[in-house]
Amino acid sequence: MPAIADAGTTREKLLVIGNGMAGARTVEEIVERGGDERFSITMLGDEPYGNYNRISLSNVLAGSDDPRDIYLNPLDWYDENEITLHAGVRARSIDRFAKTVSTDDGDEHTYDKLIIATGSSSFFPPIDGMFDDDGLLPGVFGFRTIDDCEGMLSWAENASRAVVIGGGLLGLEAARGLLERGLDVEVVHRSSRLMNVQLGDGAAQILQAAVEGLGITVRLDASTTRVVGSERVEGIELADGETIACDMVVVAAGIRPNTELAARAGLTVERGIVVEDTMHAVDEDDVYVVGECAQHRGEVYGLVAPLWEQAVVLADHITGADPHAAYHGSKVATKLKVSGIELATMGQSEPEHPDDETVHFSEPRRFVHKTVIVRGGKLVGATLLGDVGKVSFLTQAFDRGTVLPEERVELLFDLGGPSVEIGVAELAEEAQVCNCNGVSKGDIAACVRGGTKTVSGVMKATKAGMGCGSCKSQVLEIVEWAADGSLEDDPAADYYVPAIPLTKPELMAAVRAQGLKSVSAVFAALAEEGEVAAVKPALASLLRLVWAGEYEDERDARFINDRVHGNIQKDGTFSVVPRIAGGVTNVGELRRIADVAEKFEVPMIKITGGQRIDLLGIRKEDLPAVWSELDMPSGHAYGRSFRTVKTCVGSDFCRFGLGDSTQLGIRTEERFKGLETPAKIKMGVAGCPRNCSEAMVKDVGFVAVEGGRWEIYVGGAAGAHVRKGDLLCIVDDADAAVKICGRFLQHYRENAKWLERTYTFCERVGLEELQAVVVDDRDGTGERLDAAMEASIAAYTDPWLEAARPVTPHQFESAVGPA
Amino acid sequence: MTTTTELPVGALADIPPNEGRMLRVRGGHLIAVFRLREGGVRATQPWCPHRGGPLADGLVGSGQLVCPLHGRAFDLGTGEADGGLPGVVTYPARVADNGTILVTLPEGDAPPFAKPAESG
Repeated sequence: MPAIADAGTTREKLLVIGNGMAGARTVEEIVERGGDERFSITMLGDEPYGNYNRISLSNVLAGSDDPRDIYLNPLDWYDENEITLHAGVRARSIDRFAKTVSTDDGDEHTYDKLIIATGSSSFFPPIDGMFDDDGLLPGVFGFRTIDDCEGMLSWAENASRAVVIGGGLLGLEAARGLLERGLDVEVVHRSSRLMNVQLGDGAAQILQAAVEGLGITVRLDASTTRVVGSERVEGIELADGETIACDMVVVAAGIRPNTELAARAGLTVERGIVVEDTMHAVDEDDVYVVGECAQHRGEVYGLVAPLWEQAVVLADHITGADPHAAYHGSKVATKLKVSGIELATMGQSEPEHPDDETVHFSEPRRFVHKTVIVRGGKLVGATLLGDVGKVSFLTQAFDRGTVLPEERVELLFDLGGPSVEIGVAELAEEAQVCNCNGVSKGDIAACVRGGTKTVSGVMKATKAGMGCGSCKSQVLEIVEWAADGSLEDDPAADYYVPAIPLTKPELMAAVRAQGLKSVSAVFAALAEEGEVAAVKPALASLLRLVWAGEYEDERDARFINDRVHGNIQKDGTFSVVPRIAGGVTNVGELRRIADVAEKFEVPMIKITGGQRIDLLGIRKEDLPAVWSELDMPSGHAYGRSFRTVKTCVGSDFCRFGLGDSTQLGIRTEERFKGLETPAKIKMGVAGCPRNCSEAMVKDVGFVAVEGGRWEIYVGGAAGAHVRKGDLLCIVDDADAAVKICGRFLQHYRENAKWLERTYTFCERVGLEELQAVVVDDRDGTGERLDAAMEASIAAYTDPWLEAARPVTPHQFESAVGPA
Repeated sequence: MTTTTELPVGALADIPPNEGRMLRVRGGHLIAVFRLREGGVRATQPWCPHRGGPLADGLVGSGQLVCPLHGRAFDLGTGEADGGLPGVVTYPARVADNGTILVTLPEGDAPPFAKPAESG
């Protein structure tokens, strides 16, 4: 028998038995470390294919993956990396003294280093009648290889009723796949619960209900003793004598490591081939073992993640990239791939020590079950069924032993507040954090590592959080994470604007004391570095609040929207939203809107969420004419201001209406229209608690309740952030509602930070404090707040009147000069 | 070497202090011109290099310009952007005694500042 020589090279010969996921991944890792220069690599695989993703076989069976799409390494990959693959060849024996491996095609391969990656096979329990002389009885299948899978698929075309023996992960995936193929499926499981290796009783019961809900029959505590049928399968017989008729059987009763080859070669074999931390077979310098056939510290793994970890250690070791590399075992986490059921498990399923903490939640009606087990402050196990939203967070905590939230319930749920769903540490570097400005986690972290150690500094440098601002809390977390404790105190965080080292109350006091009535005067008196363009609108807002009608308006301090009274669009055109108070309009207004839209060829007419009509794509130079012809006031759909009041039909027409929400909405909108506020204010009024106008998720919302009374909600949100408003108080009539609303708005104007929405403001200040100030007038400030609000309301003019008398030269021209 | 010409592009009175206006120059091409409150004028390319925002509609303070669309900031003197992002082209600009704004532009066709595609 000739040995196959590796001609013309002095490279060492590396022979790999096994071309499955472990063998191929290990070779990939070796090649990545330059191992292809040191070794000439030969692989033996008993399946006649390249290497494929065995995990995806469930998807192939269920029809969600095409068999062609699951190949990890096509045959070209072996050529490109000068790897000799003998596919469809099975190793018969190893002579570890002669360093040769003989194969069933009669060849003999010599090696300097040998890797055994023989994997495992389907376990067929001893069941009478399962095999005939040619192997498995026709209609009986294992579920392990692509051949198994294709055999099942073609058989299933003419089958109607399948029994799956085994209710573990693989059995359930097989059952789901066959169900997809139109078969009646029954799962027969020996244990008293499904997935008994991974799940405790509670979770298993809910999983069973969910599986049954898909239409799969589940039979527990059932041991199969016989396969019925002579030419082909006709049924199975259970230990209690009952027979289940079927024309297909899938055996998914577990896997067994393929160790015969190693055992015959004299290697140490227990359940698997025993390996050291270096992935060497015991006492063998030149033989490595990797994957499901390996037994490390008593554990044999049947999942893919441990295999990746072993491959890395083996490759580090065999190439000398890291001679000290050591494998210390893997933490086991798994996911069930059954469409319609979400299940993730990791570590232990039930407490094992007396002082293990268990937190669990169970909602059988929705098939939701969650358990986490904590030991010594570290996560040692978790089961998430039906809702796996926290899986990345928990996987992180499980793998790395990170610190857990004090409130353990946060392990199971995202609680209120602007939550960060995935911990920043586990967020991918390239993950986009600020969607407005396209800033990734990596960009932010790099900025911090580059020496910027304040949140405001990072935001300024990267622009993260400078768009809509909804990502600010996440930006903050990433900065803290990247700074790793070296974050500098940022006194500027409390300044109203960065350029002036004063908080909002301090700044308001200084403005009053020094009589500063224009933005340029404020800069001149209080800012060391002079004007800062970006903060001018913030100062303008504050001055208008302090001085109302006495404010000296400088147009350059306004954002473009407030210079031309429209919302700038991405192409530099503007949107025009006339005021339609309370969302109630009439034929005349609608006709004028239609005429204007036609005359100015408005590219888009849009009904807004605030019950108004938005004319989009208006050129700057057309704005005055559009306003004049509309003959309607500005809806202020562009500023940091009071915008709109959304109403429901109310009591005039609605069968359920308790209060006249429409009338109150119109009245409220007319009163507060265009009011300058730290951030936009959107209101809603609902005529009954059905909340059709979404009043409970508005900055301020009125909801009619029985007896002519109104509930007042504040701090609601349903934009980038979603929050139900806090019930501030219940008042006896509409007058009181309008008055309390005014006080709340004025208090918010005076105390909120620039761009701080009410939902943040209310959480920061606290509901009790707001009730004390706004409702109970604890501080005796009520009348002053009312008077300040009256002054601001009195100072209101409709900005669209500027159509007739522009305030600055060429105010409404896109471009100036001869065309 | 590119030769340049100083051209009248408009009057100082066309622009309010610390605001900008888009001005048509030679052949209908556009530049953005800004009048500083502290005195003097500045001229830049008309569109933001980021997403094509109209720079003349931006906020100005202490010689810094902030684009109205996404808040990119540029130095009106050098054209450099905050944070090392792509900057804008600037042109020497001054005000003549009679109040005419003069901008020095390259010879030939006006500067080729295509507005970036909307998607881009």
